[in-house]
Amino acid sequence: MNALPTPVSSDVAAAVSASATGYAGLPAHVTRGWLARLVRTPSGLIGSVLTLAILLMAVGARWVFPEDPLAMVAEPFLRPFADAALPLGSDMLGRDILAGIVHGARASLAIAASATLIAVVLGVGGGLLGGYFGGWLDRAITRVTVFFQTVPPFLFALAIVAIVQPSVATISLAIGLTSWPSLARLVRAESLRLRHSEMVHASVALGASDLRIIWRDVLPNAMTPVLVSTSLLVANAILTESALAFLGLGDANVASWGNMVGAGREVLRTDWYIATLPGIAILIAVLALNLLGDGLAAALDPHSAH
Amino acid sequence: MKRFVPALRGALQLVGVALGIATVNFFLLRLAPGDAVQVIAGESGSASPEYIAALRAQFGLDQPLWVQFYKYILKLAQFDLGYSFRQGTSVANLILARLPATLLLMGTAVALAALLGGLLGTLAAYRAGRWPDLLISCLALFCFAIPVFWIGLVFVVIFSVWLDWLPVGGMYSVSAGLSGWALAIDIGRHLILPAATLALFYMAIYTRLMRATLIEIRRKDFVRTAVSRGVRPGRLFRVHILRNATLPFVTMLGVQIGSLIGGAVVVETVFSWPGLGRLAFDALIQRDFNVLLGILLCSSVLVVLVNWIVDALYRLLDPRMRTA
Repeated sequence: MNALPTPVSSDVAAAVSASATGYAGLPAHVTRGWLARLVRTPSGLIGSVLTLAILLMAVGARWVFPEDPLAMVAEPFLRPFADAALPLGSDMLGRDILAGIVHGARASLAIAASATLIAVVLGVGGGLLGGYFGGWLDRAITRVTVFFQTVPPFLFALAIVAIVQPSVATISLAIGLTSWPSLARLVRAESLRLRHSEMVHASVALGASDLRIIWRDVLPNAMTPVLVSTSLLVANAILTESALAFLGLGDANVASWGNMVGAGREVLRTDWYIATLPGIAILIAVLALNLLGDGLAAALDPHSAH
Repeated sequence: MKRFVPALRGALQLVGVALGIATVNFFLLRLAPGDAVQVIAGESGSASPEYIAALRAQFGLDQPLWVQFYKYILKLAQFDLGYSFRQGTSVANLILARLPATLLLMGTAVALAALLGGLLGTLAAYRAGRWPDLLISCLALFCFAIPVFWIGLVFVVIFSVWLDWLPVGGMYSVSAGLSGWALAIDIGRHLILPAATLALFYMAIYTRLMRATLIEIRRKDFVRTAVSRGVRPGRLFRVHILRNATLPFVTMLGVQIGSLIGGAVVVETVFSWPGLGRLAFDALIQRDFNVLLGILLCSSVLVVLVNWIVDALYRLLDPRMRTA
């Protein structure tokens, strides 16, 4: 986790130069895309490089560590850096900790991504409908949003997963169902503002349908805050998933960071590294996504563009 | 008449939330594989179909769904949260017994977070762009990303196992039989690690909030006017800046209380703190869903109540809110 593979940063550089030179013939300060602006902020650069590294880790886990991360491969309680074959050592069941962390990225990201997808569909959908159409629909959606904001989200997710049994699907669903309200409020405020803008009035005058106005006028202009909060939602989903897994509500058939910390807790007194190392992976992943969110906010803000 | 409108609206909101949770709880329980009768029958070893049918009739599980729902709501209206067969007492009793420990933990954590976050945020704002600001912002960034259960374990390893300064868990030394001040000090020693663990995340939020608010307020016209009137820096900060900066602080408490309860569940599990969160975890392990859903209901009510207090505080701190 400490040393980043060098190809990642050169990938970013290539992508940046591609987007910067994509529109030939225009002056540089006009052509510079949001991606270039993103990696020009320190938080955006660090955040996107780390996020890409974790994504690569999740995608490449099967090639780098083809064997099952839950299988016993060495003697138990092997300390980190003691054996070159298992750089981070082994846990109390002789499982390779590094392989567990790399494979854990898969589970954590898969659950976080699907939970966020559910939250974005619910939040953006509800916010757009309520903010654009107003009236009783808006009042009903607002009421539901306030209700879901009142129920403590982690406890709610915990109750859902505990009752319907933990699996990748139910955990994603529970996290998604409990994390959309903030996004819905944000999108509602944006679409309420855009609904009364001249651009939408012009589209109405031209005879555009509601669906077309929402799709072509309102949604694209509300995308900036959605994108920024999506990265924070993914970070939050990773934290929630790992906390659920730590409490024993993880999918037992999948290597996940929270599962590893929870299992290592039993031997905390003597072999603290077993619980500590996967926690650092969670910390770095969440840090990366938060930084990416900060960077996106700065890069997409029209006031800071020039 | 107008004075009572907010109170009435608040009471309606409370009833609405309770009804909503009750509905969600009721249907969530129907999703669970197997009902309470099958669990009890399974534990008693041999159970004839007649015995199971009799049990179903006793618990009212043989009636139509809407009758069960009506009875459930009726019981809730009388503050009856159901019975925990595992613990052999009513859910309401269990929750009331555990509530003080959780409130102590959450209150200490919030006070710690607000105090440290306020100090760090002020320091960062007054040194904006220089190295103390950078250092504090990095610290806040890390605290914002740390998984709460993990930092709790790290604290245990460092302060309890390696340094042996503080107890590993629990709320007081059971065997010592202390009372009075000695007991209070003992509880305080047990409280330090869980409260610090829970506070870190909120400290990060308060630091960022305080920094942003102070930088914004210091640009305002009334501050410039005060400076040109010759108000000294200490008084300027206390009277003109700090009072305005407390408003977002109070608002944040109302926004974060729900997530604070979630954090308390995890922290109490790590440190065996005998509060609501630990009760929720035990209920989870024992599949005692009446208790789990009772805690969900009570903590939602707690969120509503805290938001009432926040609104009242807001009116106290900001005279403009009173006339509006």
